[in-house]
This record gives sequence, C-alpha cells and structure tokens, in this order.
Amino acid sequence: MNKILLIIKREYITRVRNKTFLLSTFLLPIVMMLFIFGSAYFAMSSKESLKKIAVINDPGYFITNLKSDSAQLNFDFASKADTNNFITKGYDAILDLNNDSLGKKFSIHSKKQLGLTVIDNIESRLDRALEKKQLQKNGISKEILDSINKQAIGSFKIDNRLLNEEGKSTEVNASVNYGIGFGSGILIYITMFIFGAMVMRGVMEEKTNRIAEVMISSVKPFQLMMGKILGIAAVGLTQLFLWFVLIMLLSTAAAAFIPHEMLQQAGEVNKNMPVGGSSEMAMKLMDIQKDISNVNWPLVISCFVFYFLGGYLFYAALFAAIGSVINEDPQEAQSLMLPITMPIIFGFIILSSNLNTPDSPVMVWASIIPFTSPIVMMGRIPSGVPWQQLVASMVLLIAGFIFTTWLAGKIYRTGILMYGKKASWKEMFKWAFRKS
Amino acid sequence: MNILELRNLKKYFASQKAVDDISFEIKQGSIFGLLGPNGAGKTTLLRMITGIFYPDSGEIIFNGKKFDPDNDIVYIGYMPEERGLYKKMKIGEQALYLARLKGLGKEEALRKIKDWFVKFEMQSWWNKKVEDLSKGMSQKLQFVTTVLHEPKLIILDEPFSGLDPVNANLIKDEIFNLAQKGHTIIFSTHRMEQVEEICDHIVLVNKGQKILDGTVADIKNQFKENLFQVGVKTDPHHLMTFIFEVVKHQPDKLLIKLQHGSSTNDVLQYFISQNLPVTSFNEVLPSLNQIFISLVEGTPEARQFESIK
Repeated sequence: MNKILLIIKREYITRVRNKTFLLSTFLLPIVMMLFIFGSAYFAMSSKESLKKIAVINDPGYFITNLKSDSAQLNFDFASKADTNNFITKGYDAILDLNNDSLGKKFSIHSKKQLGLTVIDNIESRLDRALEKKQLQKNGISKEILDSINKQAIGSFKIDNRLLNEEGKSTEVNASVNYGIGFGSGILIYITMFIFGAMVMRGVMEEKTNRIAEVMISSVKPFQLMMGKILGIAAVGLTQLFLWFVLIMLLSTAAAAFIPHEMLQQAGEVNKNMPVGGSSEMAMKLMDIQKDISNVNWPLVISCFVFYFLGGYLFYAALFAAIGSVINEDPQEAQSLMLPITMPIIFGFIILSSNLNTPDSPVMVWASIIPFTSPIVMMGRIPSGVPWQQLVASMVLLIAGFIFTTWLAGKIYRTGILMYGKKASWKEMFKWAFRKS
Repeated sequence: MNILELRNLKKYFASQKAVDDISFEIKQGSIFGLLGPNGAGKTTLLRMITGIFYPDSGEIIFNGKKFDPDNDIVYIGYMPEERGLYKKMKIGEQALYLARLKGLGKEEALRKIKDWFVKFEMQSWWNKKVEDLSKGMSQKLQFVTTVLHEPKLIILDEPFSGLDPVNANLIKDEIFNLAQKGHTIIFSTHRMEQVEEICDHIVLVNKGQKILDGTVADIKNQFKENLFQVGVKTDPHHLMTFIFEVVKHQPDKLLIKLQHGSSTNDVLQYFISQNLPVTSFNEVLPSLNQIFISLVEGTPEARQFESIK
C-alpha cells in the first residue's frame, strides 16, 4: 500500500510540474474566455454603426408604420435616390418596397454586405408594419390583441409532479432534467476519453524509458498499474478543478471589463424582442430557477461522483492494459483501442438518442450494464430511477472495475516486459486467463 | 551458507525452453558469474530470481527459505541489461524514489544517496535530468540505484558495457568492496576476461541448460590440455622424444603437449639430459574464453525456435 502511495505521488508530482500541464491548465481557460468575449465584443460592436437606408416605392402605409431605430437603422422616405445613385447620395443601402408578383418579397441593395442582424431587424420591422396594416384593415385594435396575447400566452403551466415511493410529490421540469442528464453524461464521456488516453500514454512511459524491468523488480506490476491509474486520475481532477475555478474567476473579471454601453445595448435588444416583454422573461427564469432547486441535488451530485470515478476506473484499467502491450509507436494503439472506445461511444449514442424516454428498456439496460452505465445512468438520475435498478447498476459497476483491473493487471504483467512486438488480442486473452 | 539455491528450475515459453532444469547454489559473499551465449536463458533465469517471472516448476530457496517475491525483493538489487531510468526525472529525486520503493525511509535514503554521490563524484548531478547524462554517467547512476538499499543479493547484467576503463575500475572496486561486506553478487556477462578476474564461482548455461559449474580454478584444471611452456633455445626438429610433442615454437620458447603417461619431471629430465638450459617452465591453462568457445561451438549461433509440447 505504501508503495502505491509513493507511485501515486511521483506520477502526480512529475505530471503537475510538467510545462505542458501548466500551459494547458492556465492557457486553455484564458484562450477560451478571450474567444468567447472577443466574439461577443465584435458581434456587439458591429451593431454600433448606424445604417442610413433610403426607402423607395412605398405604397403609403410604411411611411407611418415603419419606425427607425436610433441605434441601427435610419429610414429615409424622402431621399429621391434610386438604386444607381444611393451611394453617392450618402446612403448605406436602398430598400425597394415595390411588391413582386407574390406581394411578399422586397429588395434591398447595398454597397457592402449588410450584417445578418441588420437584415433581421429590417425584416421584423416590416413584419410589424404589415401586421398593423392587416389589423387595421380587419378592424382589430392592436392594444386589444396585445392584452389577449398577454393573458393567454404563459398564463398557465403544466405542473409536472413526480410521485415517489412515500407518496410525496415533487415538482419536476423535463427540460431541466434533460439538461442535467445530458450535461453530466457528456462530461463523463469526454473525461473518460481524455483520462483514458492519458493513462495509456502514462503506462507506455515505463516502456519507452526501458525502466519496466527495474520497477517490476521493486514493486508488483499491479501496484505500479494502480499507482499510475490513481495518480493520473488525481492529475486529471486537479486540472478539471483548476479549469472550473479559472473560468469562474475569468468570467467574473471579464464581465467587469465589458463597456457599460454594450450591456445597455444588449438590454435594448431584449426590449425590442417582438414577443414577450422582459417581465415575462423574468418570470420564466424564476420558474427555471425554482425547477433547478427542486432537483434532488445531493442524489445527482453523489451519483455523478460515483459514476465519474467508477467509469474512470472501469475504463482506465483497460486503457492501461492496451498501453502496456504497445511500443513507442502510438499508431499501434489505434486498432487495439477500438474495442474499448466502441462501448463508450455506444453509451453516448444511447444517451443522446433516448434521453427523452429515460425509462425505455434500452435506457434501463444500458444504465445497468457497466460498459455503458456511467454515461447512460446519469441521463436517468434526475428524472428518478427505481432504487433496485440504481443498486444493481452500482454493484455491477464496482464488480466491473474490480474485474477489468484484475484482467488488466494480468495483461500488464506480461505486456510491460515485452519489447519490439505488438501483442494481438488473442495473445492478450491468453495472458489474461492463464494461471500464474 | 548459501544465499540462493535453485532446484530444477524450468521456464518454458511458447516456442522455447528458455530455462530447462537448472540447479545451482550460490554462497553468501561470493561473486558469482552467470555465463552463456546470447539467448541461452540467462535473462529469463535472472528474472525468475528477481521475482519478475514465476518458474513453471522447480523452486528457489533464498536465504534459507522458499523465495517469496513480494517480501524478498527488497533484499535484491537488480541491474537489468536493458538499462532504463525515467528520462525526464531529476537524478536526485529519481534515486530517492527508487530507494524508497525498495523500502528505505526518506532520511536514510537521502543519507545513502549523498554518500554514494560523493564516492562517485556525482554531487553536481542532483538537479540534472537523466536525459542530460552521457551513457557512462547514467550507467553509474544505474549502479548506484541498484546497490543503494544494500541488498543481500546484487544482480548485475553486463555492468561494464559502455564504461571507460577508469569508470569500469571504479565499479569493479565497488563490487569487490560489496562482496567483502558480505553482499553476494551475481554477475552475468559474456566478457570472459572480466569473469576470470572477478568471479569466484561460475556457471555456464547454453540452450537453457547448465553445462558447467565450478570455481574458475577448478574449471580451468578440468579443461587443461597438458600444455606447458618451456623457456629453452633449441630447434624442435632436433628433439626426438615420445614424452611430449611440440605444438608451437619460438626462438627461445616452446609450447609442448605432454603425451599420455608422462609427467612434467620427465620433460625436465629430458632437457637436462640433452644439456639444454631451461630458463622457465610453466603450465598453460586454457582461458575461460577458449573453454567457452569450445563448449558453445557447434551449437547454432542463433537459437532456433522450436515447438514445446
């Protein structure tokens, strides 16, 4: 046990001190934040320039109903410009409201390509002008329609309650459950791949440095393998934790640096949204917050930790076995890795295609069988899982990783001392099941 | 007392009898030479002694008890022929790590590493990485990490390969020192002149079997061909005798082979009777190299694969 601790410590310290680890840990969040805020900044600032648009061939009702927008659009109905000379007259674009045969298509000419948001803005303004015209034509007042809409839309909500065994009902929200399930499933899926590859490369370290024989004459192969798996897990968790903290810090810091007027603008865009006022939005947000707080967080978090670690241990041992039988050439790993990556990918496909029906037989079975359970079960947890299934799944996962670790230990024992030749699946199978 | 006894050890691989029924004993404090051509099964044998492989059959008695790899490996230091250290690790930390894996406490390990580093003039290396070292330097480091925990049994596979004569002597002296302190050394090599110089006891294996076992002097006697060198000035064509035959002659030296039934005194008497002054007379024993070659010769240079039922 003491030796495993020593190995874990070495694996952890040498990796954490490594320059690539430090770079990727600190640079990735910074690059990510720069990317997000940079693109947001450019998207915002592109809205800033006011477009002067000349309007021609107005049948008459747009002049009163098509409103300019102080920030982005300025319609000029008295320009006397045409499509040939609007640029020299100082307009950015010219809007031709001459109906085509279907009466639906207007055309706009501009010198430079207009942004998508500008086109959207013009379209929605034309929509509203046309709507007002139709309402007037049919004798409906805009104010009455608005009040009807306000009363009908969002006035009720299906109260989705879940009855548990004790007869206590809790309110649930399918989309919140969906989000939690999918989010944690995808996180486990991605980390399983990243950590798995890290373990595989880590196991090859003894081979490429030719130190395997020295190590195996000091510690049991199983101790070396476990030490590496656990040490690398600690490195991965450290990195995830640091990323999380850094992204949190950076996003708060970045939010403070965003120019004030930009936030104002963002607010204005919200206000101009055609359907739903800001109070309605706030109500929806509050509902979601309530739904989120209704989720059984202790269960979700403890299950996430369990399936995260269980899934990691289950697959890390298999990746370690693969790492031990290949040589310096990582290319060799591809063909041997396929049978191991397949069930992971398969689990993810099951999760993403059946998440809407968490109790379908496919989901139930996939959440119990340890090859896919770490990913699939997380999709089912938020919407409630019968405890028998949860226990069965957990017990099988524990049994599963004890089995894969034992199996990998046997393969590792032989594989780690082999040089020059890649083992085949047949040979690995033989090593695994022969008596020592 | 025997530190190690091997009894009918066997290890068969899929296509080779790597070790086929080998038994021998090693006395504590001796320097033991394990010899054999490439592919004779030396490494497999050593891997069984170090607990890396389990024998198919037979038993290993270590220090009077049945060898228990889990507990006994801390008493063994093994320097494999396949040299290796973590290249990216600092040298001091690496030595400390390997020593602690052998069960030394941190303080004790540090003290011993410092002693050895001073002895081998390696103090300035502490914060260097292994990849910065030359082959000879990393060889010295490897030797230090092998013997650091003062194992009862030290196994060195080709310890001098890649070392210049000065460093080879340094290591050789340490080997003698360790043997004097009661450590037992197994020394695997095919460099015969080193074996003659260093080893008390040798075993020669070929094709997985032991073909020779004994002290260096015994073995040389066993293989002597009754050859003598006589310091005498004469023309061999003038010598008419059945006591010996001349194998080689130089102006002032003769190499003679004693005929069956004659003794060395018969030879001397013959020269005296011929009135030829003898300036020197000594027996020529075969070198281990010659014995090795004569025993191994005739077997194919590379070991062939065979199928084991």
